[in-house]
Order: sequence, then C-alpha cells, then structure tokens
Amino acid sequence: MALLIRNTGGRYGWIAILLHWSVGLLFIGQIVLGLVMVRTTSQRSAFELIQLHKSFGFLLFGLILLRLGWRLANVTPRLPAETGLLERRAAPAAHFALYALQLVLPLTGWALVSASVLEIPTMPFDLFVMPNLPVPISDAAEGWWRVVHVYLAYAAIVLVAVHVLAALRHHFWLRDIILVRMISPSRRCDDDGPE
Amino acid sequence: MLSRSLVIATLAAAVVAGPSALAAASLSAAGGRYTISQAGSSIRFSIGKAGGGSLDGAFARFTGNIRVDNANADRSEVNITIMPASVGTGQGRIDAFLRSDAVFDAANDPEIRFRSTNVRRTGETTATITGNLTARGKTSPEKFQAELKSFAGGTITFRVTGKVLRSRYGMDVGTPIYSNVVEFDMTLSGRRG
Ligand code: HEM
Ligand code: HEM
Repeated sequence: MALLIRNTGGRYGWIAILLHWSVGLLFIGQIVLGLVMVRTTSQRSAFELIQLHKSFGFLLFGLILLRLGWRLANVTPRLPAETGLLERRAAPAAHFALYALQLVLPLTGWALVSASVLEIPTMPFDLFVMPNLPVPISDAAEGWWRVVHVYLAYAAIVLVAVHVLAALRHHFWLRDIILVRMISPSRRCDDDGPE
Repeated sequence: MLSRSLVIATLAAAVVAGPSALAAASLSAAGGRYTISQAGSSIRFSIGKAGGGSLDGAFARFTGNIRVDNANADRSEVNITIMPASVGTGQGRIDAFLRSDAVFDAANDPEIRFRSTNVRRTGETTATITGNLTARGKTSPEKFQAELKSFAGGTITFRVTGKVLRSRYGMDVGTPIYSNVVEFDMTLSGRRG
C-alpha cells in the first residue's frame, strides 16, 4: 500500500499525523513545564527551567509554523456522516481555537521575555542567541504580556482537556474513526470514507 | 575583589622599593598597615552576555587591610572580605537572584574572602597579586593586577583588576547565556592604621 503523505477527503496523511502528535505532546509538556517552573522555590532551578521553557517554546513554534503551512496546503478530512449538528459546528471552531493558541502562545511568551527590563538573552538549547521582538521594554509592559501569556495558557489547558475528552468519547463510546484516523492513515475502520 | 588588597600591598611595596622619583618621593614613607575604607573604594564587576552587552554590578560592603613591606615587597599582604548580601546591579530581581542560593547564598555564606599569598612587582607602580579566594566553601588561587594611583596624607589608592571563573566557586548558573568570566575592576583606598 502506498505511503499516504498528504491528507485525503477521508483520512489524515502521515505528515499531518506526525505533526499533530509531536506538537500535541510537546504542547502539553510545555504547559506542565510552565506551571512547574513558576512554582519552583529554588531560584537556580527556576532560572534553568525557564530557559528550558523558552527553548522548547521556540522548538514548538517552528513545528507549529510547519503544521499551519501543511494544514493550509491540504484538505481537511470530512467528519463521519453520523456526526451530530452540534459537533459539526463545534469541532472546526475548537480546532481553529487550538491553532490560534498554538500561534499566539509562543508569540506572547516571546513578547514577555522581550519586554523585560532584565534583558536576559534567549539561547534555545544553548545553540544561538534568539533576537528579541521589537516591543516596548518596561516592568509594566512585561507584566501585561505575562498576564496575556498566562491566561491564554490557562485557556489552552481547558480547551486541550475538552479536545482530549472528545477524542476519547469518539473512540470508546461512539466507536467511530476519529481517533483511529489520527493514528494511522491505513488502519481500516468500518466507516472509512471514500479515498 | 579579594586580590585588590594584595595588589595594593604589592604596589605600595614596589613603589617604595623602586627608584622612581615621584613614587619614591611620596612612597618612601608608605610602609605600614592600611585599613581599606569603603569611602573612596569600589568593587565593581562585569559579566558578558551572549549576543553582546553585560551584567554590571558592585558590592557596597567590604572590609580589608593592606600591609606594605618597605624593605621586601614580597612580604606585603592584602586581605579583603566582601559581604555578598550588599551586591547591587540596579535591578532588584537580579540582586535577589544573586543573593539567593542560585549564586552567593548570602544567608548561609555571608562572606567572600581573599588572602594574598604573593605580591610580585611588575613595574614602577604595578604589581601582580596572587592569593586564595574563598567563596561558598570553595577556595581557589586567583591573580590580580594592581596599579598605584595615589599616595598622599596617609591614604594609598590602588586600582586592581582581574578575571575570576565563577564555575570554580559553584556559581556557574546561567552559563553560557552569561559568561563564566567575571571581570573585576576595583578601586581600593586604604588609610594608615
Ligand atoms: C506553545 C508554547 C507555550 C506554552 C503552551 C506556554 C505555557 C506557559 C505556562 C502554562 C506558563 C505558566 C503560567 C503560570 O502558571 O504562571 C508559562 C509561563 C511562562 N512562559 Fe510560556 N508557554 C509557551 C511558550 C513560551 C515561549 C516561546 C516563551 C519565551 C520565549 C515563554 C515564556 C514564558 C515565561 C517567561 C513564563 C513565566 C512567566 C512568569 O514569570 O510568571 N513561553 N508559559
Ligand atoms: C494527547 C492528547 C490528544 C489526543 C488524544 C488528540 C486527538 C485528536 C484527534 C483524534 C484528532 C482528529 C479529529 C478529526 O478526526 O477530525 C485531533 C485533531 C486535532 N488536534 Fe488533537 N489530540 C490531542 C492533543 C492535542 C493538543 C495538545 C493539541 C493542541 C496543540 C491538539 C490540536 C489538534 C488540532 C488543531 C486538530 C485538528 C487537526 C486538523 O484537522 O487540522 N491536539 N486530535
């Protein structure tokens, strides 16, 4: 069977699947890292974890840009025929919001670091110096970007939880193809759409 | 920072021993013990940042003394004790970080000490001071360059510079974003007595 690279009307191709899971797992890890690092009492550990959060944030940002480009260059597999009207409306809206958060979270994190009067350089994985965004630098500006970054992150936690629960519901309760088609393009399923 | 005292002693001794007319005139009487006074003295440091710029700061509180041996420069001495809790960079959050156990751990290690072990004259008004620097329980030999700036009315002033690798003292947090090399630039002014 030919390796399915691109999406079809009914299935996600390998690139979309790989990008979904690599971004998805890194994204959840990034949230956990963010929550832990701001609650760490050791100043040394906190400093090092924040540098790690910035490094993974930029790695994620790169993958997310690839993912958005790939998404725009591909068709989106249609939902199974039996999908209810509510979910038919809600799923695309939720996915759009997830894409928006994937774009805006790294940007607001980058802005908050760039606005800091501490001017701590960002060196993703100690490899190179990432320039700062051209935003005004002041304690007030940093505080504002921090609030935006943190509340968007909290919104992402809620949305990802709903997203994961929805996927599990499809798989274990509705027993449809939704989760299966995000795992492999070739795994057969009863309501497999026409290629 | 500690080596400053040593440098001072060396310089004074060197100047005293030297034939330089100016120095000899004023320094023939420089032998003796000096107490470093915070007024007129400063201990500044600078750490380079990746991509340019630097983190600059100073210690506001320190004590020390210099013994200038007129007859034998090598027997001059410098002792300096710095209180790391007095570090200041102009940024409260950075000061708190430096005082914390991430860097100085000033609460448990309130002093950084330098004891000279050797003072070697290198010119009319210059000397190299070697000694032991102790910070956070670790002691390592360090070297500083000292230059005599003035000696008058019982007050002797040296400029002392040197580079210290902070990794030797368990303070390598933030490398390589912040350089491992700490550049010291000190003005040490001592009063006789
Ligand atoms: C998808 C990417 C990202 C996610 C999901 C994310 C998530 C989070 C979370 C959950 C927190 C902790 C919020 C709190 O409880 O206070 C946080 C804090 C933070 N993030 Fe991100 N982040 C991302 C990208 C970035 C990037 C790219 C940067 C910088 C280049 C960054 C810089 C920061 C900083 C500095 C904080 C600490 C804010 C503070 O001082 O309270 N983040 N982030
Ligand atoms: C780890 C738990 C996760 C599971 C089980 C999961 C499951 C799924 C499934 C089954 C789909 C396919 C929906 C369909 O067939 O229409 C999907 C799509 C999607 N997921 Fe996840 N996901 C997870 C994590 C994430 C995370 C953390 C994000 C956010 C960064 C995310 C963002 C998306 C987006 C944007 C889509 C739509 C893809 C498109 O059609 O372009 N997922 N997810």
